[in-house]
Amino acid sequence: MLILTCPYCGIDADETELAAGGQAHIKRETVGASDDAFEEYMFMRENPKGVHFERWRHANGCGKWFHAARCTMTLEVFGTYEAQTYEPPAEIRAAISAKRPGWSWGSFS
Amino acid sequence: MALNPNVNTVLGPFRMKRYSAFAIAREAARYHQGWERAWASPEPKAHYDAIIVGAGGHGLATAYYLGKNFGITNLAVIEKGWLGGGNTGRNTTIIRSNYLQDPSAAIYEKARSLYETMSQDLNYNVMFSPRGVLMLAQTHHEVRGYQRTAYANALQGVKTEFIGPEKVKEICPIMNIEGPRYPVMGGLWQSRGGTARHDAVAWGYARACSDMGMDILQKTEVTGVTREGGKVTGVETSRGHIGCDKLGIVVAGHSGHVAEMAGFRLPIESVALQALVSEPIKPCMDIVVMANTVHGYLSQSDKGEMVIGGGTDSYNNYTQRGSFHHIEETVRALIETFPMISRLKMLRQWGGIVDVTGDRSPILSKTPLENCFINCGWGTGGFKAIPGSGWGFAELMAKGYSPLTAEFGLDRFKEGRFIDESVAAGVAH
Repeated sequence: MLILTCPYCGIDADETELAAGGQAHIKRETVGASDDAFEEYMFMRENPKGVHFERWRHANGCGKWFHAARCTMTLEVFGTYEAQTYEPPAEIRAAISAKRPGWSWGSFS
Repeated sequence: MALNPNVNTVLGPFRMKRYSAFAIAREAARYHQGWERAWASPEPKAHYDAIIVGAGGHGLATAYYLGKNFGITNLAVIEKGWLGGGNTGRNTTIIRSNYLQDPSAAIYEKARSLYETMSQDLNYNVMFSPRGVLMLAQTHHEVRGYQRTAYANALQGVKTEFIGPEKVKEICPIMNIEGPRYPVMGGLWQSRGGTARHDAVAWGYARACSDMGMDILQKTEVTGVTREGGKVTGVETSRGHIGCDKLGIVVAGHSGHVAEMAGFRLPIESVALQALVSEPIKPCMDIVVMANTVHGYLSQSDKGEMVIGGGTDSYNNYTQRGSFHHIEETVRALIETFPMISRLKMLRQWGGIVDVTGDRSPILSKTPLENCFINCGWGTGGFKAIPGSGWGFAELMAKGYSPLTAEFGLDRFKEGRFIDESVAAGVAH
């Protein structure tokens, strides 16, 4: 079972305590967006074999949304962080680089 | 035996001997020494007219119909693992075509009708068993939904009917229809749905493809797609570069990965879907039952195992395992409807990586590369579609258009032409 640490309440939460929310760091488009940009936002998804950033909600806990960095090939968790950010924080990126040198995901690396 | 099937000097390319009752008698009389390998394992050529990446059911069916319907036999099917070792060998073998939307019904019914005669067409027993598929309505919403689907199916020419709880109990006596949590209020019954032996489907197509002179290259991983001026020129593989005039990508859960090699993106996420089987018991259920409210489905294999399929995990995953609590949820819910399974021991559990699109319908499409085509996004329900998918995708690759695949283009997301099965009959199984 997947165990993620909620960055708000600090609890190591079992998967059953959490709700998965899909890909993180999606740039949301609105009125005036080009067709391509809107398609990218609405449908296109990162689907990597390896490092992935995603949203989770501590549904049966504090109820807050947070982000996790995880490997889709091994289910290894690199770290979790608060959702009020446009990009993964430096310490999360460093933690990934230590284990997956040369990783990239979307526009991040 | 003297004949090496890979180097048949008399007939040139690999020619198969037909399987028949006579062949069994003949081999019985000579200690079964005359059986040949079902398909050849050749060395790759430098160039093919067409390459299919992925030797699962859909890839092999595509190759078969390219050869049979369009005469394209200078073709290679490239597989990184072994033939049919992905989702083709991991599904719960259910075949049905009771979908709500017209494009879905067309391609799934084409597939179901091809399953009817597949054993004869391929000279390979795929054990198609049209035992009937029953989708249970366990809420008022499902009753209305399935009645609507039954009307849609009538217009589409797909034979289904909505039946009441008494009829459900009559055709499946082991079911508890009383509830209380999930009472059975009726069901959508497709009498010519059923199951087939999934391995045999892949093996039968592979044997027929090999017989037409196609090369099936197992243990050959595609590591890159070579391009020139908006066209594909070939693929880099673990056995060197192989050139091609047309490329078909049919790699299910790994579609995003291969599409990235070819330089385009897909509206797809890959998640794990699980299934499990019980210890074998005496025959107790001769139909397939799907209970979509609780995300569980159940049938009995010819060996007597109860075959149970569950829901998907909610997060991206390539591990071919799944979260245990999903199995627990599925089994817990099924036990209320099928009380007799509560004491069964489960023998095996496994997962497969399924490629899920935003509208839960597949993508059979041209791509931004002129001579590259993609067949993916079958999500949790690809097995039933194998022959129809291969038929349509082969036509798309050969002619650039197929009425079966026209609505399943990659551009439908941008244009808002969804084939929305996610809230309809095909709750993603």
